[in-house]
Amino acid sequence: MLALDNIGKTYPNGVHALDGIELRVDLGEIVAVLGGSGCGKSTLLRLIAGLDRPDPGRVTLDGTDMNGPHEKIGVVFQEPRLLPWLSVAQNVGFGLRGKRLAERRRLIEDALQRVGLADKADVWPRELSGGQAQRVSIARALVTRPEVLLLDEPFSALDAFTRIDLQDHLLHVWAQTHPRPTLIVVTHDIDEAIVLADRIVIMRPHPGRVQAEIAVDLDRPRDRAAHAFEELRRQVMAVLDQSLIHRLD
Amino acid sequence: MTDTSLAAPRTAARRFPGPGLALGLLLPLGLALIWEAAVAAGLNNGRLFPPPSVIAGTLWALWQTGALADHALATLGRVGAGFGLGVAAGTVAGALTGYSLLASRLLDPSLQALRAIPSIAWVPLFILWFGIFEASKIALIAVGVFFPVYLGLMAAIRSVDRKIVEVGRIYRLSGPEMVWRILLPAVLPAYVTSLRSGLGLGWMFVVAAEFMGASEGLGYLLVDGQQLGKPAQIVAAIIAFAILGKITDSLLAWASTPFLRWEDGFANHR
Repeated sequence: MLALDNIGKTYPNGVHALDGIELRVDLGEIVAVLGGSGCGKSTLLRLIAGLDRPDPGRVTLDGTDMNGPHEKIGVVFQEPRLLPWLSVAQNVGFGLRGKRLAERRRLIEDALQRVGLADKADVWPRELSGGQAQRVSIARALVTRPEVLLLDEPFSALDAFTRIDLQDHLLHVWAQTHPRPTLIVVTHDIDEAIVLADRIVIMRPHPGRVQAEIAVDLDRPRDRAAHAFEELRRQVMAVLDQSLIHRLD
Repeated sequence: MTDTSLAAPRTAARRFPGPGLALGLLLPLGLALIWEAAVAAGLNNGRLFPPPSVIAGTLWALWQTGALADHALATLGRVGAGFGLGVAAGTVAGALTGYSLLASRLLDPSLQALRAIPSIAWVPLFILWFGIFEASKIALIAVGVFFPVYLGLMAAIRSVDRKIVEVGRIYRLSGPEMVWRILLPAVLPAYVTSLRSGLGLGWMFVVAAEFMGASEGLGYLLVDGQQLGKPAQIVAAIIAFAILGKITDSLLAWASTPFLRWEDGFANHR
């Protein structure tokens, strides 16, 4: 279980980004962190990833304190962040260490196949489309078999069709992975949160706090046009409006 | 299913110059022919600007006696030694100041102050320190090579994308791993460019160095040609400089291409 205890963050320039965040996420659960820009949701993800230190508060995974990046936590950034001088296969294998060459090849091949890009193993990143590059970055994050996968607005730079396609794809890859990893997806897209998550954490800004948690009890795969989906969208929208009213006070 | 290899992707074989070369040769060859014809027709005596045939004859004579090779090798040796020293020092200083803020604060102001001095101004001092022979010449060339390499590498390291460095942090790379797997490949294109401008300056400064009293070298041929009124010899030496400069630059570019095929620039898409 991933646990955030009383997480806060104030930057040296005085910006109070986060305050009093409490969150428990079970193994295999999908949590969406939803909020407008400036509500500290990306900061929260960076704290869990170990790229920044919380102040105050602590992040624990299965009872172990997380001090800095950890092999059990993988990250998919908003941009693919592939290394342009490595082939697609080499990029996927970037984080694999201490494994024999044949084993690495097998894991890389397996990861690329799971994101449907086995035929792109030997090309340069520059030859990929935006959606393909993001799938490679998902493969790179999954190849080390993390318990927790953090995704920071992973599809926000893609067009609407590719985005929906990759949301379904991510769920497929997640369902095919055993044991299923925990996913924490930061997003500002309400539909994306409802499609992906078991639970939506809605944040409000100044400083970033948790406004509300909404459980998503819809069967998978979820129909974006279903009535229940629409109902939930309205509910989430209402809470987001509330968070804005707080800001105007 | 393809066999997933960990080798670098295949890229089209290096291209050789085709019709573009012929087009590029049109202007210089045309002008040379016109000048040759003008001198042959008596429109100009060609004494101060000898026609191509006379220059070719001079080059051939210098080649046959072995003098051209001797002079060229002497110059090449100086450029090689100066370039090697300048690159070594520039690389160490650039890597330090680019990587460490402390080193940058400590070293960069002094180096920038030294850079403001026109390098030729060091000549009298270098002659006093190192004597009139090889050492002072090589020192001057090394100073010329040092600055572009230093500046280029420092700037390249500083501008490595933070986002890519974070990928390295996520995978918990150690300091040396970060340098070897992220920083080095990321700065390589800019580093090669700085080596090439350093080499260009090396060739520039070897001329200055050989002007200040040399008994051999292509720069000596220049001075000798001026003092004895032999313009053909001067032009012959200039041509030798051009050819050697172009060859060494091409060698450097050629040696670096296998490492830079991944670049997503204009050049890789033509």
